[in-house]
Amino acid sequence: MIKNIIKVGIADSGTVSPPDTIRTSGLGSCVGVILYDSRSQKAGLLHVMLPDSSLARSGEINPAKFADTGIPHLIEQLNLPPSRLKAKIAGGAQMFQFAGQKDTMRIGPRNVDAVKEALSQFKIKIVSEDTGGSSGRTIEFDPVTTSLHIRTVNVGEKVI
Amino acid sequence: MSYEDDITAYHLDILREIGNIGAGNAATALSALLGNKVDMAVPHVKVVSFDEMMDIAGGPENIVVSVFLRIEGEMTGSMFFILSTTQAESFIRTLTNNKSFNFDDIGESELGLSALQEMGNILSGSYLSSLSDFTNLNLYPTVPAIAIDMAGAIISFGLVELSQAGDKVIVIDTELTDDGEKREGANGQFFLLPDPESFKILFRSLGVD
Repeated sequence: MIKNIIKVGIADSGTVSPPDTIRTSGLGSCVGVILYDSRSQKAGLLHVMLPDSSLARSGEINPAKFADTGIPHLIEQLNLPPSRLKAKIAGGAQMFQFAGQKDTMRIGPRNVDAVKEALSQFKIKIVSEDTGGSSGRTIEFDPVTTSLHIRTVNVGEKVI
Repeated sequence: MSYEDDITAYHLDILREIGNIGAGNAATALSALLGNKVDMAVPHVKVVSFDEMMDIAGGPENIVVSVFLRIEGEMTGSMFFILSTTQAESFIRTLTNNKSFNFDDIGESELGLSALQEMGNILSGSYLSSLSDFTNLNLYPTVPAIAIDMAGAIISFGLVELSQAGDKVIVIDTELTDDGEKREGANGQFFLLPDPESFKILFRSLGVD
């Protein structure tokens, strides 16, 4: 079988089944959320950019852009009951250090908090996370092993 | 309806001229700093998706050195000066007169980054002061911050404001080429990303609706 890597862009989401893996590149303040079901080996990835859809200033919104709309959107895409899903999350870094930071500058930690809040609403457990810091991350998830591979430029690689 | 739907071809021409004037001044400043001739390409003004924005900077995983600042004042936005690591090393070697500088040497890299940050400060300052003169708008850049990381991680940070208003980016992209290097392709890129509400202010300041 040919293994493909399914790529998910910024403010986007996608799903994966074996033998493929799913990846998103260059997470900074954005948060990558993996939802997976070990039994069916189905998984999905969401690349969240902003914490809350109330921040949107235009009528039509892209649900994958926001934590509060992105999580239900991905659950719907997976078409599985939330009780069967587990989560792994990565990202939410603070890429630049500024003096006197405004709220928008703290977007990384706010994204992480909002993702956790949205997951708790569906009672989805976060199995592992690699969040915060000041490094960009590229993440890749394998639905068979349920391991999330995280690559950074400055602090090496890890698997969670 | 998203803010970018109101932007016409005529508006894009005006934005291109802003890039031309701003980056032209920055190129002159860079040339004075390095003691080399610096060329500037004609600016590109593009309306792109977030993913396409990353591609302009070489793809989300491309490792870049970036100076970033926020523009405050009558018009707001984000500005990036993006370099490849080899180009950044070359600039630092010239600026610090240290011919062997490289980023792998932790002890040295702090001084080098500080030099580069100052260079970013001077270049973006000259870009923005010419923009301010041209538009008569008061602009106050924040102190620039510097990072070496994946382009996707760095640039998405500058999209936070924009992404609240839509799913497209209007970017004024200008490339600078240092003549002393004789290297293929772009050596440095300026990205000016005005915040959505700033376009009206910008156009109005130039007498355009």
